[in-house]
Amino acid sequence: MLRFLVRRAVLALLVCLTVLVISFALTRLSGDLAISIAGPNATAQDIEIIRKNYGLDRPLPLQFVDWAMHAAEGDLGRSYLYHAPVAGLIRERMPITLTLGLSGLVIALAVSIPLGIVAAMREGSVLDKAIGLLALLGQAMPGFWLALVLIIWLGLKLQLLPISGVDTWDGYIMPGIVLAFSAIPALMRLTRAGMIDALSSDYIRTARAKGLSSAKIVLKHALRNAAMPVVSVAAVQLGFMLGGSIVIEAIFALHGVGYLAWESISKNDFPVVQAVVLILAVIYIGLTLIADMMNAVLDPRLRTA
Amino acid sequence: MRHFATGLGLFIVFAVLLVAIIAPYIAPHDPFAQDLNQRLVPPEWMDGGSAVHPFGTDQLGRDYLSRLLYGSRISMTIGIFTVITSGLIGITLGLLGGYFGGRVDDMVMFIITCRLSIPLILVALTVVALVGSSLTVVILTLGLLLWERFAVVSRTATMQVRNLDYIAAARAAGASRLHIVLREVLPNILTHLVVVATLEMALAILLEAALSFLGLGVPPPLPSWGLMIAEGKDYMFFSPWVIMVPGVALFVLVLGINLLGDGLRDLLGAGHAQWR
Repeated sequence: MLRFLVRRAVLALLVCLTVLVISFALTRLSGDLAISIAGPNATAQDIEIIRKNYGLDRPLPLQFVDWAMHAAEGDLGRSYLYHAPVAGLIRERMPITLTLGLSGLVIALAVSIPLGIVAAMREGSVLDKAIGLLALLGQAMPGFWLALVLIIWLGLKLQLLPISGVDTWDGYIMPGIVLAFSAIPALMRLTRAGMIDALSSDYIRTARAKGLSSAKIVLKHALRNAAMPVVSVAAVQLGFMLGGSIVIEAIFALHGVGYLAWESISKNDFPVVQAVVLILAVIYIGLTLIADMMNAVLDPRLRTA
Repeated sequence: MRHFATGLGLFIVFAVLLVAIIAPYIAPHDPFAQDLNQRLVPPEWMDGGSAVHPFGTDQLGRDYLSRLLYGSRISMTIGIFTVITSGLIGITLGLLGGYFGGRVDDMVMFIITCRLSIPLILVALTVVALVGSSLTVVILTLGLLLWERFAVVSRTATMQVRNLDYIAAARAAGASRLHIVLREVLPNILTHLVVVATLEMALAILLEAALSFLGLGVPPPLPSWGLMIAEGKDYMFFSPWVIMVPGVALFVLVLGINLLGDGLRDLLGAGHAQWR
């Protein structure tokens, strides 16, 4: 058990280090960063000044080690655009992105678990097929387009919800729905498959033989076993959602980390870009690590895997 | 029901492919020709529409039907070439890890884990912003990012066939490792990979549209459906068709590809692939 946990933690650490290299290398793709920052109208002299000021004249490995050492201490550099520490900029905006991600996850679970259970209990019925069709439709829906359609319909026609910003809590509803859409099909299929497996197993037959009520069997016995993969995939989905929130934050003008990243990408603010890539990756690595550890604690069969 | 859904998917995919090929012959207008006197003309079925522009015009007076037809070329090109690129990378890694196992497999799993932890859209946006937006850059960027499902599925499938008799027979006959992997293993896991290919194609098309929507995908004036939605966004409150027409097209194409993939999974008995 302990060996598994240690191995898993070491793996997570190695992935973190690789991501550190990737996020640094990513912003150096264009070849000369100074030219990109200076823009098309800059003279050779301007570029030289930028190169000196931002420390881009030093050898790449030195720049990397410098950045990585500071990053390990929580100092992610300074934004070119805001002239402020990147770590602070991200910390200010993280609550919005986290709230958005969690709203999306809650909505996704609230929709997919009940539907998955119903589909499993009526396997093969018209209802099951209808729910399957719903999953397919959800999978094909372009999120950014759905967002615009909801803005027109819920925001403008029915005037139910605000169309941008999060001055009030209901500003999170529409972006949350759009974000949830990306996770619902996967979570729904997983709940359904897990429930079908669980419902056909021996202990459910025993429970039935004992004369327990159907509702009790489904909710207490089957769901508990079906829930485990759902919980770990939900953790992974939350990671994907935080990464995918960039599109949704841009549409709904939510000034979270995704919006910051989008702004920084379009304005060549590379210290911010590489920091956001790093942070989102580390959050994802942390979430999958927690999910794996939870699974290992709950299901001893997985520990040897 | 099942067959109907698969047939519908097949029909949609082939119809869009056909439209993409013959777009220049069936488009009623030049998709790039602007006519500033004919801006935001509604589609034929709405008040003020006419048969001259069946799907209306955009904010620059370009014929929307023609742009939509030409847009299918971009989506299909992105879908097909991204799948080829990502397929080559993912299948190679999966075969290596699945066939050789041990240290090689650990390395492959590590690469897959690293790829999964990188935020997809953010990295794609950054690469396109730095390298410059063009169709080729979008294809290569998505191709370099979307291979992990190919790798996971081909690795698992390879592990399942690795120890079967016919592989042992080929080994006993003195076949080289390369021969075994390419001639014996690969053909036998191909059905699984076809299903993955449809899923990845759908995902690539959606991601291209999202990147173009954010202004960092296919550059204007190319009629990418995502870009059409982005350009129409400012006019959507009074002229909603500017986002509805390309949005529905995108939705139908992706749905068609997914229906086809689901049908193939059942037909080929490829089991359950990993869902995201």
